[in-house]
Amino acid sequence: MTNKYPDAEFKDGVYYHQHDVVIVGAGGAGMRAAIEAGPNAKTAVVTKLYPTRSHTGAAQGGMAAALANVEEDSWEWHTFDTIKGGDYLVDQDAAEILAKEAIDAVIDLENMGLPFNRTPDGKIDQRRFGGHTREHGKAPVRRACYAADRTGHMILQTLYQNCVKLGINFFNEFYALDLVTTKDENGKTRVAGIVALELATGDLHVFQAKSVVFASGGFGKMFKTTSNAHTLTGDGVGIVWRKGLPLEDIEFFQFHPTGLAGLGILLTEGARGEGAILRNASGERFMERYAPTIKDLAPRDIVARSMVKEVLEGRGAGPNKDYVYLDCTHLGAEVLETKLPDITEFARTYLGVDPVVEPVPVMPTAHYAMGGIPTNNEGEVLANNDEIVPGLYAAGECACVSVHGSNRLGTNSLLDINVFGKRSGRNAVAYAKTADFVPLPADPAKDVRDMVERLRNSNGTERIADIRRTLQEEMDKNAQVFRTEETLTNVMGTIHELRQRYMNVSIDDKGRRFNTDLLEAIELGFLLDLAEIVAYAARNRKESRGGHMREDYPDRDDANYMKHTMAYLTGDPHSPNPEDHITLDWKPVVFVKDENGGLRYPPKERKY
Amino acid sequence: MSAAVAEAPAEEQAIQSYLVTFMVRRFDPEKDTEPRWVDYDVEMYPTDRVLDALHRIKWDMDGSLAFRRSCAHGICGSDAMRINGRNRLACKTLIKDLDISKPVYVEAIKGLPLEKDLIVDMDPFFAAFREVQPFLQSRSTPEKGKERYQSVEDRERFDDTTKCILCAACTSSCPVFWTDGQYFGPAAIVNAHRFIFDSRDDESQVRLDILNDKEGVWRCRTTFNCTEACPRGIEITKAIAEVKQAVLKGGR
Repeated sequence: MTNKYPDAEFKDGVYYHQHDVVIVGAGGAGMRAAIEAGPNAKTAVVTKLYPTRSHTGAAQGGMAAALANVEEDSWEWHTFDTIKGGDYLVDQDAAEILAKEAIDAVIDLENMGLPFNRTPDGKIDQRRFGGHTREHGKAPVRRACYAADRTGHMILQTLYQNCVKLGINFFNEFYALDLVTTKDENGKTRVAGIVALELATGDLHVFQAKSVVFASGGFGKMFKTTSNAHTLTGDGVGIVWRKGLPLEDIEFFQFHPTGLAGLGILLTEGARGEGAILRNASGERFMERYAPTIKDLAPRDIVARSMVKEVLEGRGAGPNKDYVYLDCTHLGAEVLETKLPDITEFARTYLGVDPVVEPVPVMPTAHYAMGGIPTNNEGEVLANNDEIVPGLYAAGECACVSVHGSNRLGTNSLLDINVFGKRSGRNAVAYAKTADFVPLPADPAKDVRDMVERLRNSNGTERIADIRRTLQEEMDKNAQVFRTEETLTNVMGTIHELRQRYMNVSIDDKGRRFNTDLLEAIELGFLLDLAEIVAYAARNRKESRGGHMREDYPDRDDANYMKHTMAYLTGDPHSPNPEDHITLDWKPVVFVKDENGGLRYPPKERKY
Repeated sequence: MSAAVAEAPAEEQAIQSYLVTFMVRRFDPEKDTEPRWVDYDVEMYPTDRVLDALHRIKWDMDGSLAFRRSCAHGICGSDAMRINGRNRLACKTLIKDLDISKPVYVEAIKGLPLEKDLIVDMDPFFAAFREVQPFLQSRSTPEKGKERYQSVEDRERFDDTTKCILCAACTSSCPVFWTDGQYFGPAAIVNAHRFIFDSRDDESQVRLDILNDKEGVWRCRTTFNCTEACPRGIEITKAIAEVKQAVLKGGR
């Protein structure tokens, strides 16, 4: 057999590669990190897809930055909106960085070639978006830089184009499955590299690295109704979790208000930014009752809850009264065709509804994980509240900085991937310049090989699809927009049972090459692990804040819960009670002081 | 109230499902010497997509069926395949738009090496893309911290070709590409077009020289297969014609 990878060493059936920086994931955050790292250190990007398949490409509406190209704006207002939008669980210093560096991040992308929509005088055009306001909530502001409703597509393409320009080394369709770590003399975790499965061949590859950057995306596929791609199964978050490293604020999941009813396909908030209106069955603009000042442009958590409430109270539309309408008819064909062409096509293709002439049935769809791998503002992964893991970085949806708190504002994720993708890439290089490789342990691919062989050779009786379907349906039923002690306890019971059944799963494909059956089995394992933590942390947070709405604790409780959840794997992962293997702890929220020593962004009741 | 009267409206409202036969061209490189057609009967609703059928086969009948997919709504470009002889995205092809009185034939796209079932080797496709220097090259340096200005009209000039998702539906529908794997193919030319006609770019001549090569734009026979195949509705043949004209004119 010839070695397809001449730079790698082939030993005992495993390829061994060595790079200064290894980036896991090739969406926006991963490629933005690669653009920083590639020219300055020997870098590899390992992705389970081709880069242009990444889900950044599905983002539509825009990327926030206070450019003030079309009206007065400031990074301070953007910071305030981000903190208030996140219901004061945002780390305020991180939000200031996000809003300040937003301006350069957009300019960088334009300079790299991103084809933004333009104003009549040739500047980057900007549109309104939910929760983005002028003068601390007075009125919506035009802050979102956009390219029609394809902003994510353009960002993904532009970053990939620049990776091609820089000759970035991609390992496409390599599925990262483990983080290789050792303990130093003080018992601290040291990062030695990652292990990946080459999907085309079934071969295992060890990538030894000084710095590892996780940019592996979210885990929306634990829900049935979701805007997320099939491939968004929380692999990177799950890998880090299984290593005993903490996850932060994992209970906070965003449900985007306007998914196509029954399908979950995203229709951008930019539609409402351009003037579209949500209506109930009787045609009432119901958001006027819930958010009198900014109405349909309230943040997503508030809009999603209002929609579900309309339906629960019998004001839903359609034969089963189970959705509401997104009314774009007054925008006119030209605005729809030029500024919102893709969502216009989605409604036509998938629901047979033409937004030009009729309102579109919509309901909330699982969209974005606010929580994830905790990092500081440099993208360095935290081992606990006080210490980092040297050489380990995370950025994008898999990470929790936390700039989104308990509810992310629209357009802040395309911003997040650029600002913190860049920071993590830059810092990964800086670390690699000063550090030595951590020696690999003996047979670093052993755990992955064991897992793969167990799944491939199992003659169990459970099918992946059955377990996954039940998980998704039960998560929608019990851990979606509205949650209670009872629903969360129910779903935890279901998840435990599914995790037991998963031990007895078998797959039909016993081969090595492009074994997508095996791939889905592994993905399901990550989803099950993460769903348990989501439900457990959600049950533990006995308050309502941002995207986490507890009907049994309907108010925000700053006295007891204005703090981040930190979850750790501390026991046998298969013990029946989560109490026996998950430890929940807290981490303080970072507040920024003003010149007089008071709080610059003091917590307030959240009204719009 | 008779039972018949009570049932009638319910029957009218219930959405009809049908049993649809899918003929899928299977190939397991570890077992087969040649691809083989395998038939599956799948219960489908009119608004289901071909991707839903493939998932039902994979999830409930035979997990070994291999295909790529990710976003499932026509944005990521993973699931281009030949459906009844036409290149389409499985996630954008609805059952109601197919003739289901006959089996629906599903096979891998042509002209790229077949790896397994509906999966082909995409590396040659991306290599052709990289060849045309698909990135902005500008000799001017914008003012620090400022965007380059571009008029609405100049931005509009290349809008159509910015929509490309690199799914390869066009390139793998092109008869020239089938017979001559060296041809750049429509997708690479589309992505060259995107920069050749971008007013901010200063290196269009370099790309025009690349595409003036014998394996470049002149191999295009204007069969319009690519335009028909494009799931994004890009007028590819027109874009190729514009590149040809630019080559002759010596610039955009």
